Amino acid sequence: MNALPCTIYVSFAGAAAALALGRRSPTAARVGALVSALLAWGITLVAAFRFVPRPEGLQTLVDTPWIPQMGIHYHLAADGISLTLMVLTGLAAVAGILFSWNVVERTGEFFAFYLALIGGVFGVFLSADAFLFFVFYEIAIVPKYFLISIWGSTNREYGAMKLVLYSFAGSALVLAGLLWAYAAGGAQSFAISDLAMAATRFTHAEQVGMFGLVFLGFGVLAGMFPFHTWAPTGHVAAPTAASMLLAGVVMKLGAYGCLRIALPLFPTGLLFWQPMIAWLAVIGIVYAGLIALVQEDFKFVIGYSSVSHMGFVILGLAAANVRAVSGAVLQMFSHGVIAGLLFAVVGRMVYDRTHTRKLADLRQMSLYKQIPFAATVFVLAGLASMGMPGFSGFPAELTILIGAWQTSPWCTAVAAVGVLVAAAFTLRVIQASFFGTAKQPPAGAAPPVALPPITLPEKCGALLLIGATILIGLKPDLLLDLIRPALQAPLFQAALGGGAP
Amino acid sequence: MISDYSELFGALRPESALVLGALAVLALDLSILRKRRHASRLLFAVLVAGVAVVVAGALAVVGPHGSIFGGALIFDRLAVATRIGVLTLALLALGIASASKSQRNPAEYIAVILFATSGLTLMAATQQLLLAFLALELASLSLYVLAGFDKSRPGSAEAGIKYFLFGGMAAAFLLFGFSLVYGLTGSIELPAIAERISAQPHNPLLMVALVMVLVAFGFKAAAAPFHLWAPDVYEGAPTASASLIASASKLAGFTFFTRILWSGFPSAAGSVATLHFSAGWLPALAAIAGFSMLIGNFGALAQQSVRRLLAYSAIAHSGALILGVLAAGQFGTGPLFYYAATYGLAAAGAFGVIAVVERTEPCQKITDLAGLHRRSPLLAGCMAVYVLSLAGIPPLAGFFGKFSVFAAALRLGGLAGPSGWLVILAIALSALALYYYLTILKQALVAAPADGAPALDVPPIAGATLLAAAGLIVVFGIFPGLLLDLF
Repeated sequence: MNALPCTIYVSFAGAAAALALGRRSPTAARVGALVSALLAWGITLVAAFRFVPRPEGLQTLVDTPWIPQMGIHYHLAADGISLTLMVLTGLAAVAGILFSWNVVERTGEFFAFYLALIGGVFGVFLSADAFLFFVFYEIAIVPKYFLISIWGSTNREYGAMKLVLYSFAGSALVLAGLLWAYAAGGAQSFAISDLAMAATRFTHAEQVGMFGLVFLGFGVLAGMFPFHTWAPTGHVAAPTAASMLLAGVVMKLGAYGCLRIALPLFPTGLLFWQPMIAWLAVIGIVYAGLIALVQEDFKFVIGYSSVSHMGFVILGLAAANVRAVSGAVLQMFSHGVIAGLLFAVVGRMVYDRTHTRKLADLRQMSLYKQIPFAATVFVLAGLASMGMPGFSGFPAELTILIGAWQTSPWCTAVAAVGVLVAAAFTLRVIQASFFGTAKQPPAGAAPPVALPPITLPEKCGALLLIGATILIGLKPDLLLDLIRPALQAPLFQAALGGGAP
Repeated sequence: MISDYSELFGALRPESALVLGALAVLALDLSILRKRRHASRLLFAVLVAGVAVVVAGALAVVGPHGSIFGGALIFDRLAVATRIGVLTLALLALGIASASKSQRNPAEYIAVILFATSGLTLMAATQQLLLAFLALELASLSLYVLAGFDKSRPGSAEAGIKYFLFGGMAAAFLLFGFSLVYGLTGSIELPAIAERISAQPHNPLLMVALVMVLVAFGFKAAAAPFHLWAPDVYEGAPTASASLIASASKLAGFTFFTRILWSGFPSAAGSVATLHFSAGWLPALAAIAGFSMLIGNFGALAQQSVRRLLAYSAIAHSGALILGVLAAGQFGTGPLFYYAATYGLAAAGAFGVIAVVERTEPCQKITDLAGLHRRSPLLAGCMAVYVLSLAGIPPLAGFFGKFSVFAAALRLGGLAGPSGWLVILAIALSALALYYYLTILKQALVAAPADGAPALDVPPIAGATLLAAAGLIVVFGIFPGLLLDLF
């Protein structure tokens, strides 16, 4: 538990090491990156196993004055929610490195940016001071630009710039809201608990305005409709590992910010905005699902499916009761794993071998014969993504829907339609990508070139992610037992009503 | 007036060191170095000047505190911090000058940098209108010469003449304003002026005088609508001159005018905290801030030249810095100084990178930086630090500078008045600004070098200077308390 802050330092040190090692040899950089990611993941796993929830929620790990002139502390703390997401981050980081073993251009720099991003993400999940939270949040933005624009594919400069500007504009809204709350609260402290205390004295209009700014700002990064358009283009342009991280972890930063900062600080604001957010979430679920249904680019399907699944997270947060929110956190974990898997199959296993992502082309290839492992993985990931029982998506979405039903049945009914749409687009893309019928080659044409086999790092990464989604699918209490007590903490009482689940 | 000249001399030891250093540079160059190669003359001049600046810095640290020479000079925390900041930035400019290509008369160039620096350090501490004007002119005249120093390029001459004409006009306005103030109050000492103004805060003649002071402020800070000189000067001036104009001159200018306005005319300030703001120089300054941020940020979007882009970014930053001036009366000058000093480091550093690239080939367009990561990883890394700091990305110093200034401005009245709205505008525009900053980094870090572009070799002095600037930006960004503790 007390080693958790080391995840941040290990990641940043790993970034520096990868940069230095990359000058010698690419393999050294890869191994260095993998070692540091494994180390960080190991730390989070050990902490999760040893974790004992406490009634006060966040358990302080480090708390030293940082900028005393402004009441800013270097305050790191963890509870069950942050632990869940840190385990996810560690897992996604390790898997992402395994799936980018084949990066040859500027390898050291690739892993340096990658690990810097991971370090920022770990920092966000551990921050208990709003200023510190924001600093780590922004540290995680810039590496994305370089990861996409240097190592990306289709339309990468556009995708990278759009993604970064959306993220930064979102964080600008968050900054405005936080500064407003800080100034209105007498400029004493940035600690989340102190800000929440000060916020109880704000007027209704102030609460509504601040919640709007902060939630909207974080919502942009969580892919909330109608500010989600950066996500598909960004995911598609990004290299495989970056798509995995973007969908798997970075979009969670937005949702986590909503949960950790917007909800506890401005409960009155939440009441005002609740119906609108819930409906935006539902529109996002259905709309993105329908768009995914008609995409002709394999990766765009996955990109829009991410937006659709993140809609469930936002719906859970908007419902604002313990059950729905715990489902939302579970869904963050589950979607992080599943989206990572899907992007890995599309970007690494398929695109790097066939150099096409057009479903029309893939139909001609009958890929299941050539790379059966990829087909198996994708079918499993697809089932998980559809929310089949036995995979982590099922308990997560079910918990959210049950919780949301208590607050807004209509929204929930429409969201349930979204589950059907998800099944439709997933089945369609499974069929089109792997199980199309190959046309008979015209007589005399050269026989098709055999695709390179699936490599060991790919297999390891895929098995890790599949194992995680099945484990949580079969025993969701592993995580729910971490998440639920955290939501009973006093900080969440005002927003979540404190009612029994 | 109590005229204790030994006290004055003691207080001005840093300036004396600078002037003596400049004379030494000139004398050595004229005597023993006359026949040497150009490169060694430049190197020697930079080394001697560097020693002079470091000595001046040490003298400024141990220097006097409080009011000196009958109140003509004041060495409070802001003055001491600004002096040291200006000297640090001047050292940076010297390091950049050491990398400049063969320019005629290297020793004269370095000597003028020292003269300008002495004017700038003097500006930090003046509390009396006459001395203030002299300090300002000492600095400005040297800077005009520096801007037009490169006689081989018409662009430099254009920069020099434009800067001189605009500056001369602004100085004339300032002097006229000062004379009106003297006529109204019968004093040239800021505390006495403040006392007598409080009896007549809404005198129309006072408003005229204040407008004239603000015009000069706008010119010095390159704030809209007095910004038109900046892009041309940044583009045409020799790179080291541009770096000095962008950094040390800006820092000293902000300290200078903040002191004049807040110490001399606090009762005529008015208010911008709430919707019912009262007339005074604060509302006018707030309007200038808003204009600068809009014109700077939108102007920068359209630039093809990296130097003009930096100029428009400077205009935008001026707008944000003025927010710090608005809040300085109530919440102190700490955030303003932090922002201006760290901005200076980043802006001067960016010019330093341009200067090193220019040794091999011209560097005007943004695309001239293409493939910098391949041609010199050191330069590319430093450029990333400077540009991201200008964009306000944590943990670099540019972020905390903006953050602290915005926090102070918001505390004036929340979102109830123009100061709060300007903060929201500034935050919104910072997202826009990231776009044009990333276009620089896209060339430097992402794009491949042009065909046949040679690797760049970085001279050791320039390399060390750039690394030091980047290091300071990181250290001050992670530990802002180091600078804030000075206040």
